[in-house]
Amino acid sequence: MALDRWIALIILMIALAYGYAAFFTMDATLAPFMRRNPIWPSTFPKVLSVFAIVLSLIILLGFEKSSGEIKDGDINYRRLTDYKLGQAVILLGMMVAYALLLRPLGFLASTVLFLTISAMVLGERKLHILIPIAAVAAGSVWYLVQEVLGIFLRPWPFFLGV
Amino acid sequence: MLEGIMIGLSTAFSLTNILMVIGGCLIGTFIGMLPGLGPMSIIAIMIPVAISIGDPSAALILLAGVYYGAIFGGSTSSILINAPGVASTVATSFDGYPLARQGKAGKALTVAAIASFTGGTVGAILLMIFAPALATVALLFHSAEYFALMVVGLSAIAAFAGTGQVAKALLMTILGLMMATVGEGALFNMPRFTMGIMDLQSGFGFITLAMAMFALPEALYLVLDPSRSKTEGGGGDIKNLRITKDEARQIAPVVGRQSVQGFLIGVLPGAGATIASFLGYAVERNIAPKKEQEQFGKGSVKGLAAPEAANNAASTGSFVPLLTLGIPGSGTTAILLGALIALNVSPGPRLMVDEPEIFWAVIISMYLGNVILLILNLPLIPYIAKVLAVPRNYLIPFILFFTLMGAYIGQNNATELLFLVGLGICATILRFADYPLAPLLIGFILGSMLEDNFSRSMQLYDGASFIVDRPMTLALLAIAVLLVILPSYRARRARLRQEGVADGE
Repeated sequence: MALDRWIALIILMIALAYGYAAFFTMDATLAPFMRRNPIWPSTFPKVLSVFAIVLSLIILLGFEKSSGEIKDGDINYRRLTDYKLGQAVILLGMMVAYALLLRPLGFLASTVLFLTISAMVLGERKLHILIPIAAVAAGSVWYLVQEVLGIFLRPWPFFLGV
Repeated sequence: MLEGIMIGLSTAFSLTNILMVIGGCLIGTFIGMLPGLGPMSIIAIMIPVAISIGDPSAALILLAGVYYGAIFGGSTSSILINAPGVASTVATSFDGYPLARQGKAGKALTVAAIASFTGGTVGAILLMIFAPALATVALLFHSAEYFALMVVGLSAIAAFAGTGQVAKALLMTILGLMMATVGEGALFNMPRFTMGIMDLQSGFGFITLAMAMFALPEALYLVLDPSRSKTEGGGGDIKNLRITKDEARQIAPVVGRQSVQGFLIGVLPGAGATIASFLGYAVERNIAPKKEQEQFGKGSVKGLAAPEAANNAASTGSFVPLLTLGIPGSGTTAILLGALIALNVSPGPRLMVDEPEIFWAVIISMYLGNVILLILNLPLIPYIAKVLAVPRNYLIPFILFFTLMGAYIGQNNATELLFLVGLGICATILRFADYPLAPLLIGFILGSMLEDNFSRSMQLYDGASFIVDRPMTLALLAIAVLLVILPSYRARRARLRQEGVADGE
């Protein structure tokens, strides 16, 4: 089965779960006076779930044929292994690590680490250029966000206070 | 209107706002030139900055500047290295790149700049005329008509974005609408579909979603396929920016025609700068004399001027439905709409009446942006083009970092970054399978307004009878159905005909 039909299957399951909640469980806590209203919190979701189910079935059952052609410049997922898949996965992992370490490690350290390691993953080896650039970028972004925009960003790791 | 223009002039010409236009245009040009980064990604990245400015006029002026700058930058990279940063400048590379290879890069850039300037200026003038008229008509609309109008907008977007696969585009729209129902809405004051996750109480963050849909997949594509960011030949010698009188005479009618045509296409929801540029190119090629037709694709100045004028005029045109109806016609204007809502401004027919300074300042600043792009960027192009030499190893980590920062600043919550990565992976997979992402974002942004108007109509008419009781609503919904059915029908017929030919019928 082609990828677009697999995706349609997943969306169908999401739509079924969404529809189940809208039709059966959502209104359980509705106050009695609300029940006399022509519109309930579940009304709009009910309509959406029906549309989503019908549309995902249209794609899943192949009523609308996929064009199948690969647009110029797009990535052909059937040849995904020919691309730098490993690098992409590591970089995504780096983003998750950044999200988890941002608070405990502080903005400056986690940003310098993120920029440096990501560039190294992509093949950069000139650390004497890379680390200063990452440090200057982290410092300037911190200054802009904290001092100019006034949004709190803890610069140092948790063991160095605020 | 004259009074409005005066208000716009005084707001747009304040020092802060002029700096916003200049800054926006320069940032947009710089980033727009980098292959793989379109205006949607750039605007998504810039939104947290714009929101933190606080003043809606200044924020919108900055974002509009970034938008135009990005389109301008996109055409520069199309011409110099045949790597359009933006889909709407793909047609620019057809003739721009051959011209650059003939050693006429300077001339090509000048033609592109003049055509863009004229397209943008004509667009801004037409916007000034059309928008107030449309807003006046829209003021007569009730919630039922608004609901129907949004359905028309969403169907049109799906019909255009799907390019023959309307079901996919519609499914994405519905998915966006479903995502908009997550969280505690203002309407019912009860959490819906949060699955007990505290961070979902306020729903998905619009900036996170915009980044995840556009900036992150683009960056991942650059990682996966290094050839997308190849910059060989970029930033070479760009000399002789002059064009001859004969060339000016050749492109003048093309630019004039395409500015008007591009604007009209831009006004239609879902059509937008990309379609306008391709259509502009095709029209000009078809009406050109036989001898000139052969030049198209080999370095024709007409072929370069047509898409450039059309895409800029269309970008301005796409502001008409945004500012007058509050309905975004394209992914980029959807992101702008989200930014406006975040700034507590609700675009729509009331915008012109309630906040004329925002409405007019944006229009005037568009014109200003075009002038600034022309006078500032043209002499600076040889220097700005150096940005094309930024190595991929540095470019990608920084794009990822700014994407992360954008989502973090928007919500000030580290969990948002995990949502960003998760949604970004989903968006990339959806792109692999040719599911259009702009309808999802537009559905998400329009979701709460659509539900609001739907619910109000249901309450007023004590049920769904408003659909048949209000002829205007019925007519609009009928148009929406036609918009969905016709492209599917035509695509099916075309496919059957093709299969018939293949079978030897």
